[in-house]
Amino acid sequence: MSRPEGTVAQAFRAVGEPTAPGTAAGFAVSMPRAGALEAARLALLRDLQLAFRKRGQLVQPLAFFAMVTLLFPLAISPELARLRELAPGVLWVGALLGSLLALEFLFRDDAHDGTLEQYALSGQSLTALMFAKTFAHWLLTGLPLALMAPIAALSLGVATAALPGILLSVAVGTVALSLIGSIGAALTLGIKRSGALLSLLTLPLSLPVLIFGARATQLAIHGESLLAPLELLAALAVLGITLAPLASAAAVRISLE
Amino acid sequence: MRAFFDMGGYAAFVWPAYAVTLAVVLLNIFWAYRALERSRTEARRRLQVQGERR
Amino acid sequence: MNWSWFHRLASPPHVYALAARLTPWFAWPAAVAIIAGLWGGLVLAPPDYQQGDGFRIIYVHAPSAWMSLMVYVTMAVSAAVGLVWRIKVAHAVAASCAPIGASFTFAALVTGALWGQPMWGTYWQWDPRLTSELVLLFLYLGYMGLRAGIEDPQRADRASAVLAVVGVVNVPIIHYSVTWWNSLHQAPSVMRLAKPAMPLAMLLPLLLMLLGFTLFFVALLLVRLRGEVLARERAASWIREVVSA
Repeated sequence: MSRPEGTVAQAFRAVGEPTAPGTAAGFAVSMPRAGALEAARLALLRDLQLAFRKRGQLVQPLAFFAMVTLLFPLAISPELARLRELAPGVLWVGALLGSLLALEFLFRDDAHDGTLEQYALSGQSLTALMFAKTFAHWLLTGLPLALMAPIAALSLGVATAALPGILLSVAVGTVALSLIGSIGAALTLGIKRSGALLSLLTLPLSLPVLIFGARATQLAIHGESLLAPLELLAALAVLGITLAPLASAAAVRISLE
Repeated sequence: MRAFFDMGGYAAFVWPAYAVTLAVVLLNIFWAYRALERSRTEARRRLQVQGERR
Repeated sequence: MNWSWFHRLASPPHVYALAARLTPWFAWPAAVAIIAGLWGGLVLAPPDYQQGDGFRIIYVHAPSAWMSLMVYVTMAVSAAVGLVWRIKVAHAVAASCAPIGASFTFAALVTGALWGQPMWGTYWQWDPRLTSELVLLFLYLGYMGLRAGIEDPQRADRASAVLAVVGVVNVPIIHYSVTWWNSLHQAPSVMRLAKPAMPLAMLLPLLLMLLGFTLFFVALLLVRLRGEVLARERAASWIREVVSA
């Protein structure tokens, strides 16, 4: 049974001219009855492909995170003992802001070139497509941040034994952050200079993630079991996975009206 | 009477709290009626424009 | 059972007229309840054995906090109704709620701080209640900001409705996480009127104030609702009559 080579190739060819009109139409046309999962997979691949075209941009949230981590020692004190105490807060605020920074671009380009509209009109499950886009955002932002967090933690005097726990908690937490953020990003589509508003919308909703995540990191640093807050973080992520794409899809439809 | 205003020594906290709440209550009344007036003026203007278009 | 009165609630001209008629029926009882509550709370109620006369701030703090939460829920429920059944009047209700709720959240924070200073020795305390109130204020501001940022009124209604629903789902989660966070760090005990049950002389004025403020909210809502309903009506002979009156 041959793979649907033509379908995928067509989609990728369509990806080749990201700003050309009709690109997204190619996408929609190329998967007539592909089903939600296939549509989501293609959307995910498209987003990743497009992102890797502008590799420079991928580094920006990471650079921002590094800068934020640098700010705290300079602003407070170079003593590692003190920094170690502050590390959970610094890491999580940095991760939160870094994730927020990349959110504006979650839908922006697709809204501009009409892809988003095609997604909505394509008859495929918009919820599934939203999930795919948000997952792509996490892969491109949250996961790298999670991988960077241990390094930042080391710079704040955290012991190496704590690093796996930190990586895990930031990885799970950023999943929830991407999902929550996608709702705000979808709601503010088309509002000019929406950065501050997006932050205002997203941050209150992200507070539980911050609270549980920072606590998990703190426990990891003290060498204690971080299972309890980690489970809460995972619960938030699962809740996000179930509900956020629905809300984003509704918000996107409203924004496109 | 003086004891009332003194509020057992807590006057500096109790009275400002009541003042702020009163201010919020009054402001809300003022804003609500102002918003209503604005809407009425706006509606009047819209009708006028529509009438002129005919 | 004749449900036509219920269905008519979706009709803008009907709602406009009804709101105008009903306002005094809520405004005057509200005034009476509040004045009675103030008299009871400031004059008749005895001083608390621990907090002295300082506890009397509760008569403005508790109603404000109650308002902030009740109004948000009202806003979210009416927004949801507007979203699901596409009823403009419901969106108008939600829009009317926001400024009222935000201002009382502010009042709750300020009165809470003023209560905190003599009781805890600090104006601000990161206890679950005050922290949750602060987050609620940001939720209101976000809602109002989103409404203001979207130009098309229908889109603004629907987008902010999604936000309100997402917000209301999050409020318990946020409150839980803040309480959880607070319990970890062994914050000083939240201010409590030490007695497990308030004597009637203290409780009754409080209930009166809560009732009074609720009635006041309805009255305010009715006034604002008229303006919001007007703004959402383009067409309309009924507007002509109403506006030139």
